[in-house]
Amino acid sequence: MSRNLNFLKISLLSFGFMFLYFPIFTLVFYSFNDSERVMVWTSFSFRWYSELFHNEQILEAFYTSLKVAFLSASVATIIGVMVGYSLARIKYVPFRIFFIFIGTSPLVMPEIILGLSFLLFFITTNNLIGFPSSKGFLTVLISHITFSIAFVGVIIQARLSSFDKNIEEAAQDLGAMPNKVFWKVTAPVILPSIVSAWLLSFTLSLDDLVVASFTNGPGANTLPIVVFSKVRLGLSPEVNALSAIVLLVVMSAALIFYFANKKSNIEK
Amino acid sequence: MKIQSFLLMISKKLRNYKFWFVFTPYFWLVLFFFIPLALIFKISISIAEWGMPPYKDLFEFTENGFQINATLNNYIYVLSDFYYFKSYLNSLSLAFTSTLICLLIGFPIAFYVAKSSERVRNIMLIFLIIPFWTSFLLRVYAWKVLLQGNGLINSLLIKFGIIDTPLPLLHNHYAVILGVVYTYLPFMILPLYGYLVKFDLNLIDAAYDLGAKPIKAFFKVILPLSLPGIVAGSMLVFIPVVGEFVIPEMLGGSDRLYFGKMIWEEFFQNRDWPIASALAMSGILFLVIPILIFQKQYEKYNLK
Amino acid sequence: MSSNEDFLIIDNISKRFDDVVALDKVSVKIKRSELFSLLGSSGCGKSTLLRIIAGFEKPDEGRIILDGQDITDLPPYLRPLNIMFQNYALFPHLNVYKNIEFGLKEEKLEQNLIEERINEALTLLELSALQKRKINEISGGQQQRVALARCLVKKPKLLLLDEPLAALDKKLRIQTQFELVNLQFKLGITFIIVTHDQEEAMSLSDRMAVMQQGNILQIGTPVEVYETPGNEYIANFIGTANIFEINYNLENKLFANALNAFIESTKNITTNKFLLRPEKIEISKFSGEENIQINKCIGTVKEIAYLGSYTKYLVKTDKATFYVFQQNKFFTENLNIKWDDKVVCSWNENSIFPIND
Repeated sequence: MSRNLNFLKISLLSFGFMFLYFPIFTLVFYSFNDSERVMVWTSFSFRWYSELFHNEQILEAFYTSLKVAFLSASVATIIGVMVGYSLARIKYVPFRIFFIFIGTSPLVMPEIILGLSFLLFFITTNNLIGFPSSKGFLTVLISHITFSIAFVGVIIQARLSSFDKNIEEAAQDLGAMPNKVFWKVTAPVILPSIVSAWLLSFTLSLDDLVVASFTNGPGANTLPIVVFSKVRLGLSPEVNALSAIVLLVVMSAALIFYFANKKSNIEK
Repeated sequence: MKIQSFLLMISKKLRNYKFWFVFTPYFWLVLFFFIPLALIFKISISIAEWGMPPYKDLFEFTENGFQINATLNNYIYVLSDFYYFKSYLNSLSLAFTSTLICLLIGFPIAFYVAKSSERVRNIMLIFLIIPFWTSFLLRVYAWKVLLQGNGLINSLLIKFGIIDTPLPLLHNHYAVILGVVYTYLPFMILPLYGYLVKFDLNLIDAAYDLGAKPIKAFFKVILPLSLPGIVAGSMLVFIPVVGEFVIPEMLGGSDRLYFGKMIWEEFFQNRDWPIASALAMSGILFLVIPILIFQKQYEKYNLK
Repeated sequence: MSSNEDFLIIDNISKRFDDVVALDKVSVKIKRSELFSLLGSSGCGKSTLLRIIAGFEKPDEGRIILDGQDITDLPPYLRPLNIMFQNYALFPHLNVYKNIEFGLKEEKLEQNLIEERINEALTLLELSALQKRKINEISGGQQQRVALARCLVKKPKLLLLDEPLAALDKKLRIQTQFELVNLQFKLGITFIIVTHDQEEAMSLSDRMAVMQQGNILQIGTPVEVYETPGNEYIANFIGTANIFEINYNLENKLFANALNAFIESTKNITTNKFLLRPEKIEISKFSGEENIQINKCIGTVKEIAYLGSYTKYLVKTDKATFYVFQQNKFFTENLNIKWDDKVVCSWNENSIFPIND
């Protein structure tokens, strides 16, 4: 009985993982195709990688995306930790249900509605007080921060819920005032979750297409916007090369993360 | 004297970190999330007009005095026109189908990963997360490469003589479902895994040991146990997919219009902001119930 | 070893959670340097009371006065007492030394004074070798000592311990019991221990309070609580109790139907039940003589549990069953009394204690 179950388990998992990775590997494969027409294989070359690195439009968009992602992740993490902490620890939050609503519904709201609301908001404030004068970096940044907060909040709240409250009480008992308890005890213990939340926000921002399309302006194209315009109607060899690089970076990061974890485990 | 003590109380409150922890999110989110949503609502009841912005001001001073230019016409139009309704149904059915498939594929995966030993679990999680960190746009694009008329799958099938002419794998409803499932699968697996891993799943083995048939054990024990996790994962897939725009755009055909595309067109093509807003609002309204379910289950999810 | 001075006064403390009354006008006076236990089963309110003393809950009514100071409204970080949690609540991100140091840093003492105190505690609790270790690298017993050290370096006036022995295995428990008592004696700090284990309370305490459903039923020394319990509940909670009805009482001539025996007692019996502890009953095989049953009864042995140093018998009469514990004073290769044997049980007139319902 268990033998069959094991076989089922392994085949299911393999199928799942193959399904996840096959398309990406295909892209990597074709990124080495010299020909302009992606599907027609001519010869192996790094041509498209070099084209990629010389493509001004893509490079600029990449830097913009990086900057937006870094800043939005950082601000969103700060505010998101506040949301998570308030929901998990603070008993009397004024209009608590409303707080939960604005703190968590960006998580599940369709991006198109989010994007539309941001755009309308910025246009209206522009009409009312002349700020922001034009859409661009700032508007994309603000919108990214706003929807990332919900993700961070959820992660931090979950972490704090499974946290041993006695530790915080012990710290108070030993003489630390609530402010100190947070900085000296709570925050250090949930630090791994804070880092994960930051990484998640970073990825979400880097990857966002819809909201950025609504809120960007001239000179503030993000990478997904540029990629989308290229692949909307057809295939693009530069994008293949880009995909391969992205995959490489992500895999390396994951491996570094894994081995760093393992090492600290072994040291113990 | 009273002012002094009042100011003292205020300064005490300001030094308390808890105050800032509640105030700052409130400030940001009300300003940048709630007000924009309220704005959509406001525009959805406005009257369309040429110019920028393409709608009449809600409050206006005319020769006749103060006037409120609100109307429910937009909603009436949106809710009665079959065109819009069909697009909403299409999106709903897409969301429903893909959520179901994600659940069918994702649950066993989440279950077995949660059940595995810690070492194996970590390795598998890394492999699950790598596609998640990889840009979703690129992953959807990958399917385009695979499914195109001269894409990989067709080329291989023709090469091996299985078919003569390429199959129209792309630009149809099924390609969209495939793309959605592919993109949203991690959103189903990870919350589900996060919930299941809190339990000692070896208890299930104990149930087998005591003679319970696997299918019975599944329906009577595993399924009820995982319910909050299932709901969390399903909501995280279902709700965003209803408004999904990019995947139908890249993989879908002109045969079906989806809700997200509808909003986009009304806003950017027809420049009819009130209608687009009314559409968006009705979308939100129909999603309110799932969102509330999500938030209720979210509390349950965290209680464990 | 305790003094006679009232050190901690718990005055009419009441606490409710929604509809549930956790504590109902609870009052206790604890003496300086006393080792005091709060004993009761789950839900009796003992943990709530401890948390109120520590400052993590606010009472609805009542005051707490420590060494003359009313601390009821003080937050936990201003109270001159410390608490050791049941799960120790050590800081996972700090090592042993830093855990112990934590409370002292808040006091803003001189650095060398801090080091001195920490080293004192490390030596006292035999933790010097472990000071650099991370919390998850030490055993449960060691973790407990770290938790204790962390409190003691603050030189608290009062130390609260929440089920200190619950997580330990039997051998470690006995050892820790002795260590705790010795420590308390050496340092002279007033201890309040919360426990559900009556053996623990009995062996550790100078005095104890038995609690039930938010009320204190009795306060006394272990001897007082065991030999002269305030009511039937307490008698049953502490040790094993045999309680019988008094059916006929004429000028102190008592008769118990259940035992079919006359009872004579040195105490004045005004209640309608009495307590007779199992270890105070003598048991021997029935020889066949029918004597007048005064402080004596006849029964049949229904169960025997041999526990090495003593044997537990469950004896049955027509109308009752009761326990007899007999010390195995002499070397024996076989038990003298066996199942279904007819036995005579007798006791001293001093051993009868009148008990309230």
